[in-house]
Amino acid sequence: MSIAITTQFICFTVLSLVVIIGALGVVLLESIVYSAFLLGGVFMSVAGLYLLLNASFVAAAQVLVYVGAVNVLIIFAIMLVNKKEDLKPINDIKSRRIISTSICLTLLSLLIRVDLTNVWSLSSPQNSIGEESTIRIGEHLFSDYLLPFEVASVLLLMAMIGAIVLARRDVMSQDISTGLPVDQELIEKSSEPLLTNKN
Amino acid sequence: MDYGLDLEYSFNEFLKGFGLSSEIAHIIWLPLPMLLVLVAAVVGVLVTVWLERKISAAAQQRIGPEYAGALGVLQPIADGLKLLVKEDIIPAKADGILFTAGPILVLVPVILSWLIVPFGQNLLISNVGIGIFLWIALSSIQPIGLLMSGYASNNKYSLLGGLRAAAQSISYEIPLALSVLAIVLMTNSLSTIDIVNQQSGAGILSWNIWRQPVGFIVFWICALAECERLPFDLPEAEEELVAGYQTEYAGMKFALFYLGSYINLILSALLVSILYLGGWGFPIPVELIAKFLNLPINAPFIQVFTASIGIVMTVLKAYLLVFIAILLRWTTPRVRIDQLLDLGWKFLLPISLANLLITAGLKLAFPKFFGG
Repeated sequence: MSIAITTQFICFTVLSLVVIIGALGVVLLESIVYSAFLLGGVFMSVAGLYLLLNASFVAAAQVLVYVGAVNVLIIFAIMLVNKKEDLKPINDIKSRRIISTSICLTLLSLLIRVDLTNVWSLSSPQNSIGEESTIRIGEHLFSDYLLPFEVASVLLLMAMIGAIVLARRDVMSQDISTGLPVDQELIEKSSEPLLTNKN
Repeated sequence: MDYGLDLEYSFNEFLKGFGLSSEIAHIIWLPLPMLLVLVAAVVGVLVTVWLERKISAAAQQRIGPEYAGALGVLQPIADGLKLLVKEDIIPAKADGILFTAGPILVLVPVILSWLIVPFGQNLLISNVGIGIFLWIALSSIQPIGLLMSGYASNNKYSLLGGLRAAAQSISYEIPLALSVLAIVLMTNSLSTIDIVNQQSGAGILSWNIWRQPVGFIVFWICALAECERLPFDLPEAEEELVAGYQTEYAGMKFALFYLGSYINLILSALLVSILYLGGWGFPIPVELIAKFLNLPINAPFIQVFTASIGIVMTVLKAYLLVFIAILLRWTTPRVRIDQLLDLGWKFLLPISLANLLITAGLKLAFPKFFGG
């Protein structure tokens, strides 16, 4: 075995172990903060796997979107609402755990079956494009994948407008969660400049 | 355009002369540039710390450090040694694992980003195809480390500082990436080498700062915000938050934050000089000088000369920007958090979007000047 292949094998083993153990940790750990940070680790190792596959642009995009945006927002939300209170005990926790475990195991066996039956090898071995992949991704996004691309952007815009509407309490006269009338004065106060009418 | 020193090739050839296989030679070569860049980054931090102390002293009409070495040049080393031998304290109610992992997560992406900083045609660790995009992706990891250390410290000031750092980092990442995108549009490439080569045509006149003045200002403001330098140092605002997410840290863990922030400052300055100020290019093209002196461009003497000029120019431009950043830190007041977010989302984001649109239009209208 040459040195390059050995290095690649070691990297692959380490990354896969981190992905599997990290993902198990995300699901099984009691502390939600640890789960969130481990999720970031899992995303990073998946990016590492992409790098091993010569897809450096996809790896960097994975880091930027999943680690830099999604995971940061998850941690942000956890820290803003982290009240450190004990969760309410659920009475039939045992049967719930058994059901969810069996569903997960069924899914796993289905995926193993997919892995064993599908033919994974590419038709031509000279298919790797490496550094050129950035250009190739751009070409595909603006030709045959144009419609999904545009639909995704509309979806993101909708999500953004929805978030703004939820965040701006003065759009609605009633509070969504409590049903009480919204205190419009508070919003006006916060946007008032601090140093007016002081002379 | 593929001239200039290729140290890797020469080194490998040299080792092959001793009968080593090319793979072994490559493995021996690999750690050398990494170590060199690490040493360069740390020395750069020492110089910047000294500059910061001296310039802040001058701005406040003090003398600054003067006993440790001539003009106090050894003061940063003394600071570093002090931090090295200090006791490493983990607060009793802090979360030990996250408390230790936080500073590491802050420092490692910053050092990894030096991978793409070129000091000459072949003088960089790796000319990866995604180039500048790698830096944008890596710099987005940093807020996780800040949030982690803010949470693990079990201190309200630390948590607030960490949250502020993450909010700031997210809101300034977008205009930063958009102004980089305008440059990439003009270059047709993400590689830092190509970005510098595209600016090397007519010396100082072809630098991107003339074609992207708005992008330059937006990028510089965002870079300062990403480094948490003073107009934007809310995450560690000492009058409000003691020291933000660093409050509970001591010894080497604090030193990691300290190193990280200064390495990040130098990295940002280097990237501004690469993206907008012609990178390693001399204000007058070296080829013109060689032609004027009737020297062949491929002569070994000229190549060594060009390479050293390149390194000197990159470092000089970067330190000029570091100087401006230090002056800004000691002469401007801090912005409020709402002003900071307003500036990021309501001013810089629309301006950088407009800049991107205009750049795309100009590129199609004047392909000769804006890189067709």
